[in-house]
Amino acid sequence: MKVDPATLHRLKAQAVSFQEFLKDWLQPSNLANLRPKLEFQTGVLAGFALIASVLLGVTNCSTESTIQLRLDEDLVKSLEEVIPADLHDNDMLKDTVTIPSTEFNIGANETTVYIAKKSGNVTAVSYKFTAPDGYSGAINMIMGIDRDGNIIGVRVLSHKETPGLGDKIEVTKSNWILNFVGRSLENLTPAQWAVKKDGGEFDQFSGATITPRKSVQAINRGLQLFKANQAQLINP
Amino acid sequence: MFLSETYRKIAADGIWNNNIVFGQNLALCPLLAVTGTATNGLGMGLATLVVITASNGLISLIRHLIPNEIRIPIFVLLIATLVTLVDIIMNAWAHELYKVLGLFIALIVTNCALLGRAEAFASKQPVKESLWDGLMMGIGFTIVLVALGAAREISATGTLFANASLLLGESFRFLEVTVIPNYKGFLLMALPPGGFIMLAFLIVGKRLIDQKIAQLKAVTATPTTIPTLATEE
Repeated sequence: MKVDPATLHRLKAQAVSFQEFLKDWLQPSNLANLRPKLEFQTGVLAGFALIASVLLGVTNCSTESTIQLRLDEDLVKSLEEVIPADLHDNDMLKDTVTIPSTEFNIGANETTVYIAKKSGNVTAVSYKFTAPDGYSGAINMIMGIDRDGNIIGVRVLSHKETPGLGDKIEVTKSNWILNFVGRSLENLTPAQWAVKKDGGEFDQFSGATITPRKSVQAINRGLQLFKANQAQLINP
Repeated sequence: MFLSETYRKIAADGIWNNNIVFGQNLALCPLLAVTGTATNGLGMGLATLVVITASNGLISLIRHLIPNEIRIPIFVLLIATLVTLVDIIMNAWAHELYKVLGLFIALIVTNCALLGRAEAFASKQPVKESLWDGLMMGIGFTIVLVALGAAREISATGTLFANASLLLGESFRFLEVTVIPNYKGFLLMALPPGGFIMLAFLIVGKRLIDQKIAQLKAVTATPTTIPTLATEE
């Protein structure tokens, strides 16, 4: 673009005079006179609100996709915990089925099931589920199940249980959660799907019974969700 | 010393005399909530340190613009915006750190110490002094958080700086030590009441040290103060 030298000169002069004006205006003495005025106060508050919203909006827009990417990476990591790499050769994030899950009381009305496939055949499925009634809030978990309904692995993703007692459900604190590997609705009776205190198969922790009890019950309900939809999930 | 008198006084105030917790009794909500372990305390301390320094600097920079009548809403708006920005940016570009610190960053909004420093210091002082004050207040707060976290962690589980490698990286694994082997655990200290109890002990400790210092000062100062008093009369 060609700019007329005269226009350029005029623009420059304008910029300089604006700079001068701003400098004078921003003098502490000038601002001290302005501050008690209602118009100035309204303007300042509105100005700051505007700047804050623009900053937040711009930051949110420019980071949204990056954050989604990071969350996907987290999800892949959790899926890898419960589905071994040799069981699938597909991108499980793209191979999903959404099934209604209200009646199973696992925290969500719809559950997204990630399907693991090897050379086109379904080998396992995985989904997140929640024990909504933990000792101090929801316990979020993820589970991998093979096509016959046996558990491949369960992990706790997040929880607010008592540190030092209920947090033994985490695999980094105790290997309790590994006891579920190989269990299914078929090889344990409904009565055995409980902590030992309730006559079942699974240990409770000394000093914490509610956390493992509710976890066992939620895992059981999670398996029932699979059983109810087994035909649809393993023969897509 | 390479620091001038003003800066030395700000540092002493921030770290000891007017410490956020010991001196001003502020910020108890985030303090008691996260100090179950020393590592969590350190994480919260570092996050607060960054935000309080930034908010002090920013508020000092625009202090001539802010009318007295609407200063509080503006401070709250600025601090909340700053915290949210840090939260979003860390989630995107320092995601591993965010997974450990994310909980604490949102909690900083509830930290009245930031508003306290904006009101008491940054809105009246030049930018450099305000930044320095924020930094020193942040360091003072971090020291209390780590001390309280360490005391609670040792008495509750017998370990110190558990999971520090998650926060600071693998090279800091040496920090994770078991202070009392085969410790049966004392759950109360990990729960909120333990926080109050341990904080009380720490505050008593600080007062005792202050008393001792005052006594020592009085003893050394006695010979010089008496003649000056006499001349004044």
